[in-house]
Amino acid sequence: MGVNREMGMMNDERGGQRANAQSESWYAGVGDHGPARTGDYVEIHSVILSPGERAPQVPEDTQKVPLELRVKGFLDRDACLGDEVTITTVLGRKVAGRLLAVNPAYPHNFGKPVPELLHVGEELWRLLGARGGGGDETS
Amino acid sequence: MIAGTSYAEVMSRRQDIMKSAVGIDYEKFRTGAIAFDYEAMMDEVGYTLEEIHAIQEETNVGRTPLVELRNITGLVRRISDPGKGARIFAKDESANPSGSFKDRRASVSVCYAKAKGYPGVIAATSGNYGAAVASQAAKRGLQCIIVQETYDSRGLGQPEIIEKGRACEAYGAEVHQLTVGPELFYVFLRLLEETGFFNASLYTPFSVAGIETLGYEVGAETLRATGRYPDAVIVTHAGGGNVTGTARGLRKAGSRHAEVIAASVDLSGLHMASDTDFNRKSFTTGHTGFGIPFATWPDRADVPRNAARPLRYMDRYVTVTQGEVFYVTEMLAKLEGMERGPAGNTSLAAAIAIAREMERGQVVVVQETEYTGAGKHPYAQLSFAREMGIEVRRGDPGDNVPGKRIVIPEHPSQIRARELSLPDIRKSYIRNALAHAAGQTLSEEDIRFLAKDTNSSVGFVEATIHELTRAI
Repeated sequence: MGVNREMGMMNDERGGQRANAQSESWYAGVGDHGPARTGDYVEIHSVILSPGERAPQVPEDTQKVPLELRVKGFLDRDACLGDEVTITTVLGRKVAGRLLAVNPAYPHNFGKPVPELLHVGEELWRLLGARGGGGDETS
Repeated sequence: MIAGTSYAEVMSRRQDIMKSAVGIDYEKFRTGAIAFDYEAMMDEVGYTLEEIHAIQEETNVGRTPLVELRNITGLVRRISDPGKGARIFAKDESANPSGSFKDRRASVSVCYAKAKGYPGVIAATSGNYGAAVASQAAKRGLQCIIVQETYDSRGLGQPEIIEKGRACEAYGAEVHQLTVGPELFYVFLRLLEETGFFNASLYTPFSVAGIETLGYEVGAETLRATGRYPDAVIVTHAGGGNVTGTARGLRKAGSRHAEVIAASVDLSGLHMASDTDFNRKSFTTGHTGFGIPFATWPDRADVPRNAARPLRYMDRYVTVTQGEVFYVTEMLAKLEGMERGPAGNTSLAAAIAIAREMERGQVVVVQETEYTGAGKHPYAQLSFAREMGIEVRRGDPGDNVPGKRIVIPEHPSQIRARELSLPDIRKSYIRNALAHAAGQTLSEEDIRFLAKDTNSSVGFVEATIHELTRAI
């Protein structure tokens, strides 16, 4: 329902378009989705450390990006995507952040069959003398 | 009540936060500038093997099947010299409640937390350990928070890590998912402070002792199944708890001569804290990114002294490539009818190469398997790798380049277990120890400790120190 920001996984229908590095673009579609309701299961987002606040030992590429957090829970009050909200987590604790997604789907799946693996079973059985024949090699 | 919450402020309080969250006084075991009484720490704070058996029985952990891989053994014999090709067994740890051997660690940590009256437990992990802690917390009626390093700056998450987050949620945990960075530890410390929950660390004596039953079972069950103790046990190595607990458990089962062989996926060249590299690897754990640092300096964990001390126990340390592990995962499914997660097959890949060197009458045991599913499956992992621009092809596994190319072998004879030099690793460890001693003179006790901790000798330690200090 509405904009459910995909978590950047496979089979992107939009041909591999991804959000750019700015957190703001994670809220694509802000406004074209009606309010999320109190009690909805949602995911929120917040910035914990900005670029420049990162730990000294992180490499340069990581130094340039923020440390970001996502947490899920139940929305405390009606809100739109992108709004600052609080949620009640499954443990009953309150966490604040910006509303990122409503009832977020799990994006991971079994992927696509990989051609480089498809013949491995048949190759190995041929080495062993094929299924349904051959003696017991293991004694 | 809430003190300063900036990164620097929280990190400066880490000792105190950890003390409350773990409840162990590590100082009392100190015996030198770097030495401490490891065995006393394990004895006093850990549980006995009998106690751990009892704890694990309460929550249905352990006593997993030891499975002989007959078809894979047959295949290995086809590609071995005459008389070679050890029998290959696998300990099916995926049979544990949350699907991996991590339940053994979590069961003891969570039991301890409950006994000490903590209202909940927290673990910082992107691996199977989170699900294990969440599952055990559910069984013991404790609350659970898991902190995961999940995304890169573009919001892309490795499918395997997404699945592990999902599993934690399935068991009722509150899951905090971060973008890549070591500051995960800072977030973790803040949560510990805020909640007063127990730190279900991977590196406490009880967590490591939880794995001893795995080593014990491998020893005892192999004896029962084959009439001999294992000749070699291959253990996936990252933080060191697996190697440590398995070796200690094997010895307690009477298996004195089993070669304990640590195995890691080779991810050399990839930086573990790099936003760019984060999603260019197909393995979250069991790899050299943890394995080598923890072998060369175990006391880098969240607790002051690490109960996982892998260099003390490993007889050999080998690496395998990502492509070999995916190939072997397919082999296990097609030849043995066992569909298991790739990360749990790191040791199986090494075992295939190692079994070829061993005699037919010998026995090699692969110490673990893990569950599989969406996100973990090789198709999911390799589809994601391709999307990240990694080349995937068939060929010689020697052409694997972490972060650039995954090469699936064309023939099982191409699988190799590449040996790392233990003397070099020992030297690195001693170099790190000298750095941490920070100019303090090392006592005889310190030297004896280093000899034990590197599984070497006082002579080797002294010669190495001499060589290192002369070089300055």
